[in-house]
Amino acid sequence: MSTPDVTTPPEAAPAFRIARSTRIHKYVLAVSVLIVFLLAAGPFILQFVNGVQPVSTMRNLVTLFTLLALAQMWNLLGGYAGLISVGQQAYIGLGAYGLWLLGDVLHLHPFVAVFLAGLLAVAVALPVAPLIFRLRGGYFAIGTWVIAEVVRLVVSNIQATGGGSGKTVISAARLPIDTRITGTYLLALFVAVGSILLVYFLLRSRLGLALTAIRDNDLAAQSSGVNVFRSKLLVWVIAAYGCGVVGAVVAMNLLRIQPTAAFTVNWTAYMMFIVVIGGFGTIEGPIIGAVIYFALLQSLSQYGTLYMLLLGIVAVIMVTVAPKGIWGYVAKRWNLHLFPVRRRLVFESTPPDEDPKPAESPDAAVAESA
Amino acid sequence: MSVVLELKDVDVFYGDFQALFKVSFEVEEGMTFAFIGANGGGKSTLLRTIAGLQRPRSGHVLFHGEPVDQFSAHKRVGMGIALVPEGRRVFPSLTVRENLIIGAYGGRKGDWNVESVVELFPLLRPLMKRQASSLSGGEQQALAIGRALMSNPELLLLDEVSLGLAPVVIKRIYEAMVLLVGSGHTILVVEQDVQHVLTVADYVACFLEGKISLEGKPGDLSSEAITAAYFGM
Amino acid sequence: MIWANVAIQGMLLGGLYALFATGLALVFGVMRMVNLAHGDLGILAAFVALFIIQSFGLPLLWASIVTIIIMFLVGYVLQRGLLNRTLGVDDTRPIVVTFGLSIIIQNALIMKFSADSQGLDAGKIENISVKITNQLSIGWFPLIVFVIAIAVIAALQFFLARAKLGRAFRATSDDREAAELMGINNKHIYSLAMAIALAIVAVAGILLAIRTTFDPTQGSFRLIYAFEAVIMGGMGSMWGTLLGGIVLGMSQTIGTQAFGAGWGLVVGHLVFLTVLAVRPSGFFAKTVTA
Repeated sequence: MSTPDVTTPPEAAPAFRIARSTRIHKYVLAVSVLIVFLLAAGPFILQFVNGVQPVSTMRNLVTLFTLLALAQMWNLLGGYAGLISVGQQAYIGLGAYGLWLLGDVLHLHPFVAVFLAGLLAVAVALPVAPLIFRLRGGYFAIGTWVIAEVVRLVVSNIQATGGGSGKTVISAARLPIDTRITGTYLLALFVAVGSILLVYFLLRSRLGLALTAIRDNDLAAQSSGVNVFRSKLLVWVIAAYGCGVVGAVVAMNLLRIQPTAAFTVNWTAYMMFIVVIGGFGTIEGPIIGAVIYFALLQSLSQYGTLYMLLLGIVAVIMVTVAPKGIWGYVAKRWNLHLFPVRRRLVFESTPPDEDPKPAESPDAAVAESA
Repeated sequence: MSVVLELKDVDVFYGDFQALFKVSFEVEEGMTFAFIGANGGGKSTLLRTIAGLQRPRSGHVLFHGEPVDQFSAHKRVGMGIALVPEGRRVFPSLTVRENLIIGAYGGRKGDWNVESVVELFPLLRPLMKRQASSLSGGEQQALAIGRALMSNPELLLLDEVSLGLAPVVIKRIYEAMVLLVGSGHTILVVEQDVQHVLTVADYVACFLEGKISLEGKPGDLSSEAITAAYFGM
Repeated sequence: MIWANVAIQGMLLGGLYALFATGLALVFGVMRMVNLAHGDLGILAAFVALFIIQSFGLPLLWASIVTIIIMFLVGYVLQRGLLNRTLGVDDTRPIVVTFGLSIIIQNALIMKFSADSQGLDAGKIENISVKITNQLSIGWFPLIVFVIAIAVIAALQFFLARAKLGRAFRATSDDREAAELMGINNKHIYSLAMAIALAIVAVAGILLAIRTTFDPTQGSFRLIYAFEAVIMGGMGSMWGTLLGGIVLGMSQTIGTQAFGAGWGLVVGHLVFLTVLAVRPSGFFAKTVTA
């Protein structure tokens, strides 16, 4: 009687480690820090050199920074958590009204009020979540739009918030002009950089892994132990907060809040198009998209309606022809990833600085066979 | 005897994963060809490719000598190729009768109609007005086969018809199969249940990891040879 | 008696909402796609009718028929040429593309027709009422709209239940791949479904334009109301959509009567959110999962 030999140990597996960054990432970090420093110190340096701050450039850059932050938030929701929202304008507007509420009514300093205003957005986002999470895909999207509509209608109808004609943000208007302009600029820069860092660290965390799993397959993620609802809720709340803070900064820049402008669905249009053009589901994408969008805005904004029309056409073409956006194309072509959020398996035999071709992600495989 | 179906060096990929490696074989008219093999061997992929749900990355599928690779699945039905897919996949919200009728949607003229299908599977007769979702596994399988027959195919593809069914039910399905085999169709059967399928097959091929590991007439192959080819020993 | 009047007006308004909703539900049922431009396409139809009347002097009825045919063709080409490409990969593409479409349509309409309110004139019928009792009278036109809504839904139901093509729609909705194996060409079926949906929403858009004023930005609201009607009614049920529309319409009119014009719409939305909270699969859900 012979028994099969089951006691032979398997061949020892090659030694490996999990790595995140490569040399490129260190360069990127250095360059990024330099850019942020220049942006922050820029106005002061220019003031020192020219005697006056470049006010209109600063105001324009505020627009760029806020768009960038919004795009990161929308991308966090849609590109990473699979929650395509067409109603983030609810939270942007709530943030704007929050600034007024905290600044004018509660007499907090506007710069402080900006960060607390986001909480007003959260206060609405939280109870709304269990309701609209019952919906999926396109219906979820419209659900978020309904929420935005409800908020807009309620705010328009209440006299205390200025009704349909809105209010001036007096607490911000009363600040000395230099302080206000510089402060708004730095706040906007802070929010933009903060949003990028927020998304970056989020994705490196366990939540980030959970999100990738959820995005790829809800049900499978759930059965792997991921608490899908809580993960989505967390992202939802974070995005609402982010949008709220941005809304407050915008209000500070414009000094006026008004329901139609604060809650217009055009916000969604901007966010969506930036992400679509720049690149879904990446951190780099929205940055590139925001810069491109901003450049287009500067040259074409006087055309108003035509501009929006072109935006729509470009977005439709991009999604059909290059669904991963500009950065998606670049990243795939040159295997380039500026932000080290991916994890790679590195075997001892691989030279330390080489970035071995990462395993194809499922959506790349799907895209190929589509 | 003319060659109804020929595969020449067919490679099929799912994304980066290769499911079939240069698969080649010929099927003659009226033949019943069985494909056996363990899960994941590529048998279902093979039938799906012949039916048009999957395209080969290289190689050709030839029907009556003409390549059909450029035709999508819905066109192949009209050409006389019908697939009874894995898992039966009857239309749950349609009634049994509607399932049968829709089987004829893109098909050809011929002897198969609702009445003749019900003669083959009498168990369906009392169920005609029932919603397909309320049927048992065996009833759904009979319906799925009947539905495919409604298109009056020349080439009938059966994917794992005994999967998940009780032995008694499998027996009945194969009794109907014997009648089908004699009726002039060319049949390709994919099965994990080796025993039953060898009783109806004229020719058998064993699939292992995307390649044919053994083929021949059932009478010529020993059970040891089949087992070895099945498990890749 | 005011309340009875208000309730009936709401019910009849619901018929219009249901008409907008039916196309949305059909497209979702057949290909699991939500068309965010659905409302805008209805408004587009109204503008097309307006354009035909103004440019060619056709009477309203003929202009409407031509418009419906045009929108049918537009639906087929739109689906076959563009939207079919966005299906099957993930949820996000159809949403982004149809949202983009919504922006395109709205802004194109503003550029061509300006953002001003417009109206379609159906003549005397808009103003006649039928007297039920001394205190209760119903406008003829809202009644006609309601009847048309019922007729369209009934026709659609009949088509789905009895017609060979309707059966193909249902099979495709159940199992796309298995339907292919029956000889059903998915791409063609999807395009036909969209064509029918747009023909129906064209009817809705024209009736809306007669009943009240319209402008290029109205589409978003039409979409939202249609969506609320579909969700409340239960996905997969056409008659449920009618009921959903009625509930929405009545909530709005009763809300307006009780709290004033601005709040009427809010009440409608709140009723929707309540139904979503309490009975998320709707009144007549056939499919529990979307």
